[in-house]
Amino acid sequence: MKKVSSWVWAAAILVYAFLYLPLAIVVVFSFNDSALNAEWVGFTFKWYQMLLHDDVMLEAALHTLLIGLVTCVVSTVLGTLAGFAMYKWRLRLLPALVLTPIAIPEILMGVSLLIFFVMLNMTLGLVSITLSHIAFCIGFVAIVVRSRLQGMDESLVEAARDLGASPVTAFRAVTLPLIMPGIIAGALMAFTLSIDDFVISFFTAGVGSNTLPLEIYSRVKVPMKLNPEVNAISSLLMLLTLSLILIVSKVAPSALRSE
Amino acid sequence: MKSKSLAKWLISGPPLLYLLLFFAIPSLIMAFAAFRFPGDYGGLMPLTTANPDTGATELLINFGNWRDFLTLENFQRFFDEPIYFELFVKSFWYAGLTTVICIVLAYPLAWLIARSPRKTRDLLVLLVILPFWSNFLIRVYAWMIILGPQSYFSRALNSVLAVFGVEPVSLLFSQFAVIVGLVYVHLPFMVLPLYANLEKHDMALLDAAQDLGANAWQRFWKVTWPLSLPGVWAGTALVFIPALGMFAIPDLLGGTNSMMIGNLIKQQYLDSRDWPFGSVLSIMLTFTVLLLAALAAWAGSRGKDKR
Repeated sequence: MKKVSSWVWAAAILVYAFLYLPLAIVVVFSFNDSALNAEWVGFTFKWYQMLLHDDVMLEAALHTLLIGLVTCVVSTVLGTLAGFAMYKWRLRLLPALVLTPIAIPEILMGVSLLIFFVMLNMTLGLVSITLSHIAFCIGFVAIVVRSRLQGMDESLVEAARDLGASPVTAFRAVTLPLIMPGIIAGALMAFTLSIDDFVISFFTAGVGSNTLPLEIYSRVKVPMKLNPEVNAISSLLMLLTLSLILIVSKVAPSALRSE
Repeated sequence: MKSKSLAKWLISGPPLLYLLLFFAIPSLIMAFAAFRFPGDYGGLMPLTTANPDTGATELLINFGNWRDFLTLENFQRFFDEPIYFELFVKSFWYAGLTTVICIVLAYPLAWLIARSPRKTRDLLVLLVILPFWSNFLIRVYAWMIILGPQSYFSRALNSVLAVFGVEPVSLLFSQFAVIVGLVYVHLPFMVLPLYANLEKHDMALLDAAQDLGANAWQRFWKVTWPLSLPGVWAGTALVFIPALGMFAIPDLLGGTNSMMIGNLIKQQYLDSRDWPFGSVLSIMLTFTVLLLAALAAWAGSRGKDKR
């Protein structure tokens, strides 16, 4: 194998720095004893302590987790069904409905759901956000599950059937365990996409149903306002996703590789 | 045979119903809204009314009077006023520039990953995906800190500029900041497909080119680059399309002159509450995106044929 030239190495390291430096800065400033995000003054935990007494932020965090969990469960079930159906049969409508929400800019889904919920006279809030999140997460789960199924050795299922297993038993005893890493990866993806989502929540949220991204947005949107707490909550959110990924890489190492 | 089609419906039915209800129908309602009039207090002019006596819902629109309820005015407005078309062009320019910068940045990274031994490869890929898993808004917010007027970066840059006698520049709330934000958020989407493509290249081709006297640049331009085009196209679709519809990044990092289509759509729906015109803009964006996706698929399949 030819060696990679040192120019490529240098460029790649610079790009990695570009990817990580901004996030590192947020974490570093979350411990900075100054409300200005400008200069390092000294170490402090006070923004994290302030966060504990910030009821608005805590409520937003609770909303985010609640929406994320419900979205994760429902879209994993529906997405797995969709992925399986797309693998098993030649369908026309389902793949189009599953893949388009992923392919189009999020804002389009956000505004159409806004019109839809308002037309139904539904009060915008946690329910409308959750219903919308499920709609865009199904596709991601379905794709991961389908690609896992495509990589599966079909003869194993056939063997089970030859040995007298019913289709349902064959699915439960052979297919399901084999595609489990895909389902777990899909579930993790749905949960992360939901707690991460800003655009669709922005259009489908109502009064008093702020999620964390929406709360962060409304705080950083005001120019020249100081938001040291945002650094702290951002760092905690990063820690949460990082630990989720670590857990999955321990529980189902192959799940992360299906990308 | 019968139980088979029953199973098919039982399995594909629930996700199908859900997506029909919460994706297809809302999209159709939005498309229909583009042909309606705005309501007196924003939103849409109602097509139904509640009967004052019975309270039952009655349809106002019928075959005789549909002209009072449906219109092409909203589309007319889009084509009559050049600012909307200019905004589309500007958004294309932003998304295009973002895509090109992403290709330039992603290439060395993807090349390095593809040429690394298996063990390091997984780690390097994970390092590309990891920032993508962190919250989108946090990633944008990070750049508000870096480009802020008081930041180390801004002050260092401005003191360098001062040496050359250039006036201090404000980095935040500018087109520059918008492009940086767009590149930062979308970069992983370019690296991954490019890496997946570069990984499959046959290194013997490069050795052959070298034996025939090609220098490093020629080897890249004549061998690697043409072979990597399907990966480049896949990455382009994944970067260009979401970048085109972005509104949060121009909203937070951009100034008054760095608005994109997404910002206009948001403005029509939430601020001026002109839903019909907002829907026209959304439809235009949808058509643009579908056209681009079809083009990318076509270009990608052509690239495959050549190989």
